[in-house]
Amino acid sequence: MKKYLSFFRMRLIAGFQYRTAAWAGISTQAVWGLLYVLLYRALYLAAPERLPMEIQALCSYVWVQQAFFSGWNPYAWEGELFSAVQTGTVAYELLRPADLYTMWTARTLALRLSRGALRFPPIILLGLLLPAPYGLRLTIGPAACGAFLLSFLLTLFLCCCLTMLCYGLTFYATDPKGIISIFAALSEFLSGGALPLPFFPPLLRRVAELSPFGSLQNVPLRIFGGDIAGAAILPALALQLFWCVVLAAAGYALLQRGLRRTVIAGG
Amino acid sequence: MIEMKGISKTYRVRRREAGLGNAVRSFFSPAYSEIEALRDVSFTIPDGQIVGYIGPNGAGKSTTIKILCGILRPDGGECRVNGMVPWEERKAYVSRLGVVFGQRSQLWWDVPVGDSFALLKEIYRVPDKLYRENVERLTELLELEGLLTAPARTLSLGQRMRCEIAAALLHSPEVLFLDEPTIGLDAVSKLKVRDFIREENRLRGVTVILTTHDMQDIDALSHRVLLIGKGRLLLDGSIEEIRAMAGENLSTEESVADLYRRFGI
Repeated sequence: MKKYLSFFRMRLIAGFQYRTAAWAGISTQAVWGLLYVLLYRALYLAAPERLPMEIQALCSYVWVQQAFFSGWNPYAWEGELFSAVQTGTVAYELLRPADLYTMWTARTLALRLSRGALRFPPIILLGLLLPAPYGLRLTIGPAACGAFLLSFLLTLFLCCCLTMLCYGLTFYATDPKGIISIFAALSEFLSGGALPLPFFPPLLRRVAELSPFGSLQNVPLRIFGGDIAGAAILPALALQLFWCVVLAAAGYALLQRGLRRTVIAGG
Repeated sequence: MIEMKGISKTYRVRRREAGLGNAVRSFFSPAYSEIEALRDVSFTIPDGQIVGYIGPNGAGKSTTIKILCGILRPDGGECRVNGMVPWEERKAYVSRLGVVFGQRSQLWWDVPVGDSFALLKEIYRVPDKLYRENVERLTELLELEGLLTAPARTLSLGQRMRCEIAAALLHSPEVLFLDEPTIGLDAVSKLKVRDFIREENRLRGVTVILTTHDMQDIDALSHRVLLIGKGRLLLDGSIEEIRAMAGENLSTEESVADLYRRFGI
C-alpha cells in the first residue's frame, strides 16, 4: 500500500509545479461559470416556470461544477501515460514490482486532486460573493451534505476508473486520439457537463442517468442543489458505487489483457 | 546465473506497399508477415560476469533483453534467471533486477531527480539505511552531486544517463541489464559510466549484460562477448578470440565489422 501512496504523493508534488496552468484554469472556470449563470438568468427571467430546476439549485450547480472542474471532468488525462504506451516507455513501468493498474490509478487520482486543490478556492469564493440566487448557496441539511461528500468521492473514483479504461484501450490502438475524442464528447454530454440532465427530454435523461457517465458530476451537483433529495439519494449513490465496481473490474481486465498481448517494439 | 535454452520468438508485422490504393486495400484485408526475431538461442552466464551482447541493428538484442526482463514472453524455449522464470513470477523477479534502456527514461520529467529516487525507494521497498548508503555511494561514483535537486528535464543527456543508471541500482539488484547505456554520450560521460560499471561489478559482483554498438564499451568492460545476427547466436567467446578470428592488426571495431560481413548479417 505504501508504494502506491508514494506514487500518489509524487504525482501530487509534480502537479503542484504547474502554477501558470492553475491560474489559467481558474480564470477559464470563472468566466465559464459567469457565462452559464447569465444564460440561466436569461431563461429564468423569460420563463421561470420552464426551468426544470430551481434557479438557485442551477447556479449552485454551476459554481460547484466549475470549482472542481479539473478534479472531476472525465477527460483529465495524463498525456504522459498515453505516450508511454505508444512509445514503449511503459516497459519501465512493467519492470516495477508493483501492480500497474493500482499504480496508475493512484497517479490518476493524485493528478485530479492536485489540479482540483489548487483551483477550487477562488471559484468557491467568487460564487459566495455573487448575490442570490446567482451565486453559490448551501441550502441543504447536514445529512445531505454528508451524502454530497460521499457522492463527490465516488465521482472522483469513477472518473479515475473511466480514465484507466481509456489508458487500457490505448494498448489496442495505434493512436488513442479517436477513442479519446469520442469518450470526451460522450462523457461531457451525458454527465451533465454541458447541460444539467434535468434539461434533457425524459427518455434521453433516463438513459444518461443510468449510464456510467450519469453517475459522475451529475449526482453530487444535484445533491448539493437539493435537486436529488430524500429517498432519491440512496439509489443514486448505490448506482455510483455499482459503476465504480464494474468499471474498475473492466479496466483491470482490459489492462491485463492489453499487457499480455503487447509487444514493445524497437531498441 | 542466467540460463537461456532454445529460446525463439516470432513477431507478426502488418505490411503493405506504399500508396493510397494499397492503404485502402490493407484497411480491409491487412497482410501480415512473420519475422523471426530469435531462433533457438541458448547461453549460460554465471554470476558476476560482464557480458557484451552485440550484433547489428535488428539482430534480436533488445528482444533477448525484453525476454530476460520478463516483459516479453518467448514462443518457445526455457529461461531461468537465478532460478526464476522471468515472465511467470514477474513481481518477485523484477525486484532483483536493474535495467537501463538507453533510449528511454525512467525519471519523472518535471520533478527533481531526488524525488524520482525517493519514489523508486518506496516501490522497491528499499530499507532506509540501504537506500542512504546506495544514494551516497552512487552520488560519489557517478558524480551526481548537485544533480539530484534539479528536474530531469534540465539535465544534459550525460548527466541524465548517469542518474538513470543510479536509479536502476538503488535497490541493489543482483542482475543488471544495460541496453545501449552509452548511446549519445560524450567521451567524459562514457568513461565515467564505464568506470562505474566496472567498479560495481568488481566490488559487488553484479552480473551485467550489456548491449551496445560501441565497441570501446565492449573492449573496456566485457569478460565475454555474445554475437547475435538474424536471431541466431553466432559466436560466444572473449574479445581476444573475436580479434583472432578476424584478420591481423584490426581494432575491435574492425574485427566485429569483419565478422558481420563474414556471417552475412
